[in-house]
Amino acid sequence: MNQQVQVLPVAAPSLNGARTFAAGVLRRLVPWLVPVGLIVAWQIASSLGWLSTRVLPAPIDVLKAAWRLTASGELWTHVKVSAARALAGLAIGGGLGLALGLLTGSVRFFETLLDSTIQMVRNIPALALIPLVILWFGIDESAKLFLIAVSVFFPIYLNTFHGIRNVDPQLIEMGRTYGLTRWQLYKEVILPGAMSSILVGLRFSLGLMWVILIVAETISAQSGIGYLTMNAREFLQTDIVLVGILLYALLGKLADLFARGLERWWLRWHPAYGVTK
Amino acid sequence: MSAVLQQTPEDAGGVRLDIRSLRKRYGEREVLRNTQLHIEPGQFIAIVGRSGCGKSTLLRLVAGLEEATEGTLQVDGKAIDGLHDDTRIMFQEARLLPWRRVIDNVTLGLPPESRPRGDEVLAQVGLAERRGEWPARLSGGQRQRVALARALVHRPRLLLLDEPLGALDALTRIEMHRLIEGLWLRHRFTALLVTHDVQEAVALADRVILIEDGRIALDENITLARPRSQGDAAFAAIEKRILDRVLQKPADNEAEPANDTRWADGPAHVLRWAV
Repeated sequence: MNQQVQVLPVAAPSLNGARTFAAGVLRRLVPWLVPVGLIVAWQIASSLGWLSTRVLPAPIDVLKAAWRLTASGELWTHVKVSAARALAGLAIGGGLGLALGLLTGSVRFFETLLDSTIQMVRNIPALALIPLVILWFGIDESAKLFLIAVSVFFPIYLNTFHGIRNVDPQLIEMGRTYGLTRWQLYKEVILPGAMSSILVGLRFSLGLMWVILIVAETISAQSGIGYLTMNAREFLQTDIVLVGILLYALLGKLADLFARGLERWWLRWHPAYGVTK
Repeated sequence: MSAVLQQTPEDAGGVRLDIRSLRKRYGEREVLRNTQLHIEPGQFIAIVGRSGCGKSTLLRLVAGLEEATEGTLQVDGKAIDGLHDDTRIMFQEARLLPWRRVIDNVTLGLPPESRPRGDEVLAQVGLAERRGEWPARLSGGQRQRVALARALVHRPRLLLLDEPLGALDALTRIEMHRLIEGLWLRHRFTALLVTHDVQEAVALADRVILIEDGRIALDENITLARPRSQGDAAFAAIEKRILDRVLQKPADNEAEPANDTRWADGPAHVLRWAV
């Protein structure tokens, strides 16, 4: 350590700067070494015929398939259908979860009336309902929407309820002594106080939303990413199956980025999310 | 005299506070017993006492946050019935909304037109340039100053201070004493300060009241000229006299053990903070 301190002033400042810059670039590159290496190894294995395309197509073929599907517009229609399903399910289930969470969190009577029932139903995995859902709704759109709505409902409901219950009672007392009306108290104190918890619920729901969508679309569908992959499987088009899997990953990542963006905006006052001007 | 001249026209002055035969009981435990207190408009009263003596309970009763078990509390001859608009409280914690910027905390619950007024009061507490800041970025003393501005923006006629400086360092406390005294002289509200710091009480109050076991044990007028200097001999003498009186009675109530066993059980002492 001592040696370094003595050496540094001797070294030319420009060289020093170049060295730290190179170190920075290296630090950014290191995490990519393994994934890039794996893909290169995969491509070589496929080119040399060690990997059958029935098992795993070459990365370059996956890219080509993605390009073909994009160019024909097929990819976009399927993504649109899947995203619309996911978001509609989220809007219905999440909206209900938020509304009921606010209600049971704020009014003691509704907690007594509804909460134990909701807690009971919560323990049923949404996927266990599939046989029943098919009997009720058949295999068309409403069945998929129902499954997604049911599964996103609970994380949002639970976290909204929890968030409202954990609003600092001292702030509520302050609000009352400063003459806030009930509505003002709700808008200024209770809702913002519960927001971080509600957003945690939203992120859980977004994760579940894609999982359930994938299952629902593989059961039966005439369009959507799930249909694309199941159809490709019938014809052993493993490259298209892989495109579908990567699409799910991409959409999941996008949804998570969106939720983080919401957190960063709504919780910008919070030191943990980086207090900014 | 100069204080009267400074008084701004929109300030309606302080309220008169009358407390008669006041009792407050939580279950079996009597926190305040037969308390009588009359406070003239514009007076600055400090209530001192050990933890759990009932001083904060008295403040919460005056605020309308709690209901008396017996007796009457009157503001300007009208009985206190729940929260009232003339009264504002400064709590031990600043209790700012972390998700509202400083200026929005000050004008909380007020229409947008009141923002200039909010800025004016922020300037009075010396924080005009921090108006757009998040509370998380302020120091403890600055947060309490914002809380003070939030109370003053309503032009209270009765300001209740519940140990608001308890968590601040000694230097910040002295600064806050000057600030509170200055604003009180300017606006002439009635002030009721609960504190466990006798020096703070003597520095600020016209009258220091000691509460012991739920009763007023001492009621002393402080006639020192303002601004008061804590190094002053007269100041030190008064402080010592009151402090000696506070300490005279041990916390475990050896003085009256026979009829007062319920005060000895520990958990009940803590209970007051839970309500």
